[in-house]
Amino acid sequence: MSVTILIPTALRSFVDRKSDIEVEGSTVGETLGNLAAQYPDLKHQIYEDDVKLRGFVNVFVDGTNIKKLNGLDTKVAQGATIMLVPAIAGGC
Amino acid sequence: MMLKLTRQIETDIRKAGADAYPNECCGILFGSEDGDDHIVKSLKPIENARESGEQYHRFLITAEDMMQAELEARRLGLEIIGFYHSHPDHPAKPSDYDREHALPFYSYIILRVAEGKPELMTSWRLQLSREAFDSELFEIEP
Repeated sequence: MSVTILIPTALRSFVDRKSDIEVEGSTVGETLGNLAAQYPDLKHQIYEDDVKLRGFVNVFVDGTNIKKLNGLDTKVAQGATIMLVPAIAGGC
Repeated sequence: MMLKLTRQIETDIRKAGADAYPNECCGILFGSEDGDDHIVKSLKPIENARESGEQYHRFLITAEDMMQAELEARRLGLEIIGFYHSHPDHPAKPSDYDREHALPFYSYIILRVAEGKPELMTSWRLQLSREAFDSELFEIEP
């Protein structure tokens, strides 16, 4: 299944400056794994290891956080949109 | 490497810092890239999502707010180029906590607010190594 992944500006330098990328996959984990295989530099940015995403990476499928679904096992439909969204925090 | 913004946007950030005092304000910078420079076109103020007792020294933008902001920026033909937040009664310099939670690429505006009055405003970008921030110059148009 072909899925569109929206890339946040902070990560575009690792995907040839693209903002949207079409990737095949039937689950979120499989789709992101295929994306990481295409762009190894991105993999180091978003994965802690081969399977676990870094803490700052949030993933939405068609507007819903995968934490409210089945995490990386969430199934994706043909034409779905996956968004990678960085967590933002700070303070003095 | 420069951050370009208008006097009105600078004024709006200063007002947000004063209004939020003694807590931290936060928001998103919408704009565009021009080579290594970032051009701020508009602000998206965000309600600080940290617990009320922590907002005097911490801010949080939820994943849901970030997701909506990303979609809004795309609708406007803009990009999220950075963030702003205030440091109440603390220097306008990134803290270790800021560094631990920052990402390279983005511009991070920090406004010092002392006893309710906005003072020095600075901007920073995190190095790719994540070891330190580099100071970023402002260019403010009238």
